[in-house]
Amino acid sequence: MANISKRNRKREKDREIAAKNRRELIAERFTRRDLLKMGLLTSAGMLIPKMGLSARPLTSAGFVNNTPQSPPTTPFVEDMPRMQVLPPVASLTPAPTIVPNTAAGEGRTVAHQAFAQFPPRKFYEMIQQPGQVSMHPQLPVQTIWGFNGITPGPMIVANYNEPILVRQRNNLPQVGNNGFGFGSVTTHLHNGHTPPESDGFPCFFFTPGQFYDYHYPIVYAGINSTHPGTGDIREAMHTLWYHDHRIEHTAENTYKGLAGTFIQFNEFDTGNENTGFKLPSFPDFDIYMMFNDKVFDSQTGLLAFDQFNLDGILGDKFLVNGKVQPVLHVSPRRYRFRWLDSGPSRFYQFFILDPTNNSNLPFWQLTTDGNFMERPVKVNSCRIAVAQRQDVLVDFTGKQGKTYYIENRLEQTDGRGPTGTVLPAGQGTKILKIVVDGPVVADTSVNFDTALPALPPGQPYFYQFPDTNQPVAVTRTFRFERNNGQWAVNGKFAGDCNDIRFAVKRNNAEKWIIQNNSGGWQHPIHIHFEEFQTLSVNGQPPSAVEPIVRGRQDVFRLEHNQQAVLYFRFRDFVGKLPMHCHNVVHEDHAMMVLWQINDVGDTNPNP
Amino acid sequence: MKSMNRRSMVALLGAAPLAGRLLTGTARAASQEDDAPPTKWRVVSSRQRFREVHFPDVVLTTHEGKKVRFYEDLMKDKIVVINFMYAKCEGVCPGITMNLRRVQKILGNRVGRDIFMYSFTLKPQLDTPAKLAEYAEMHGAGPGWLFMTGKPADMELLRRKLGYTNPDPALDKDVTQHIGNVRYGNEALEWWGACPGLAHASAIAQSILWLDWPKGYNRPGKESVNEK
Repeated sequence: MANISKRNRKREKDREIAAKNRRELIAERFTRRDLLKMGLLTSAGMLIPKMGLSARPLTSAGFVNNTPQSPPTTPFVEDMPRMQVLPPVASLTPAPTIVPNTAAGEGRTVAHQAFAQFPPRKFYEMIQQPGQVSMHPQLPVQTIWGFNGITPGPMIVANYNEPILVRQRNNLPQVGNNGFGFGSVTTHLHNGHTPPESDGFPCFFFTPGQFYDYHYPIVYAGINSTHPGTGDIREAMHTLWYHDHRIEHTAENTYKGLAGTFIQFNEFDTGNENTGFKLPSFPDFDIYMMFNDKVFDSQTGLLAFDQFNLDGILGDKFLVNGKVQPVLHVSPRRYRFRWLDSGPSRFYQFFILDPTNNSNLPFWQLTTDGNFMERPVKVNSCRIAVAQRQDVLVDFTGKQGKTYYIENRLEQTDGRGPTGTVLPAGQGTKILKIVVDGPVVADTSVNFDTALPALPPGQPYFYQFPDTNQPVAVTRTFRFERNNGQWAVNGKFAGDCNDIRFAVKRNNAEKWIIQNNSGGWQHPIHIHFEEFQTLSVNGQPPSAVEPIVRGRQDVFRLEHNQQAVLYFRFRDFVGKLPMHCHNVVHEDHAMMVLWQINDVGDTNPNP
Repeated sequence: MKSMNRRSMVALLGAAPLAGRLLTGTARAASQEDDAPPTKWRVVSSRQRFREVHFPDVVLTTHEGKKVRFYEDLMKDKIVVINFMYAKCEGVCPGITMNLRRVQKILGNRVGRDIFMYSFTLKPQLDTPAKLAEYAEMHGAGPGWLFMTGKPADMELLRRKLGYTNPDPALDKDVTQHIGNVRYGNEALEWWGACPGLAHASAIAQSILWLDWPKGYNRPGKESVNEK
């Protein structure tokens, strides 16, 4: 029996009938007047609630957001895939050069500024290309575009102070995209402290047949400035991801599969539970989970992307690591899960549900956007917006034979953002089933229940937060607004590669005030290059909002009428960078500001 | 458990959509209550499917008085630039129309040849072809840029199908809050994009030309005049 109650099955059935009716209406191409004459529309153009037809207005694709349209799939029938770690190659041909190798077909236009200082010690090659994948046994095989033809793409495991170079080859088709996808690409490592010419700037795209070398020094911020020679260990980042970032076409490309994961180890976060922070060992007990939601066409069963959506796309199929509602088998011990919301638009709040009594299994939240807090925080749930990463520690010790679900309880019915309702336990969406039936194995990882009380008061377990003492050279305000459907920042419209709005002087500290004046919309605002610390939210200290908001982040979940003051440094490298909403549908319709770091800077407070 | 066996069997049978039907007798009653997947997927080109979902072939009238079919005459095989407006709009429309005139100048004589600009009215009851012709002339719209009206129900359907809607139903009813984005696409190649109608005209023109294959598409990417 599928894991839904009788009541839910009837409701699903009603919705399916309603959706079918609607599809038939649309297929018959009844005009609005016909629908009005048939008594199926109100004068405002909304389908009346009849026979389960929803009262919400039709969206451009003829869909109603809170009704399933994808074909039904039985949940929890396949195992959750694990990330495939990409091995380095012995060498690249042609050998990487500092200056772009245009003659050989490199699409890069700016020289590697830090290549001589941080010569790569490992080389990787990825080929962006179409692939055929199964996302669920009851759906047909899907054509995706992926790094090395898979989605999620291969995982890169990097080590601090071991610079690498990744050659991205574009073998995507010039034409022929099965409905969506734009083969001109640029690859962003989110959120590496990377020389901007290797950061996947939206306008630095390369076309099929070309390649682009990305140089990643894998160093701590401050290496050429505040902490010369070493960088500031307190700026360590551990859980990242990479994805396409092509201006105006990011949503379709990432939705089509161009996303993968990237993690960074050092002498503290080692991947070995017997050393350093003693977090569960990689890869067996350190598991990366990339969540996304998708829509599949009801007639063809194929992945569908509404090209005309401006608000935000909500899927009704929930995938983890490329499979719809899969299953994970674990041993009764502690695990580190790295959670990523890879979009396109949905906000999540994950609980770990014990279905026998609808209770929650509490867990430790370790990081914010992949950056350790000073101490882990014990929570019942964690909120995660597009592009955010949360590392959590879940203890299944003594839970042999039990089954849990990662359940999303944050209600969201359209692209504007969550409604604010957190659904009761068991009434959300169960996305991943976790079965504790693995073999009993040794567990020498840290147990925070005993380790934290043993610490002297105030002493961090992980890194200290970096100080925010460096005087601020300028405070800038960014007001995000929506005028007639057009996204504006400080009253100006973007989407323009020629419009580099302001310049930050290299190594300066700045305060950026981000304001959401867009009415009923929520936006995950992302700034490239360095992690920020939140100084205040609507005038209050961040921990008053939520303890984890105190942590270092690179995405700020800006809610209705909210204002956040963020502290930034911009160290070590120069070049062009973006700030944008990471609801990729908003991003593509120009909710983005392009700026740069140089050695002059400006003091424009309202760029 | 019976349900466990069924699920394992589904997994074993792999990708076959027929999996739901090949179950044993005892499990069949259970499967009928669940929505079993269709036995056969429809095979259709993505372009055709997209057309079915988004492009109703309604008949419109241009500001020059000509009757045209939305898909067959306006969209098929073309590079198109679309926006919605109305003649008496005192909000964003004048600025957007002026901006699109700049875009038209940048695109030059390609407009009307292989790039087509279309403005659809949000007030078909008021904006007759004659009124639209007046509006076009007032803004100096050049040849190849059509302003169109049609039956109110058709214009409303078009507005929804092309995504010019607001998720807030109250704002969606208010025509002064209409979506001011300009949408452009290469219909045959299934490439689409959109940006604010008030973005820089040079940026809008550039985005349109990126959809021009092969030449515009393969132009080198840096473009920025600020390149140091």
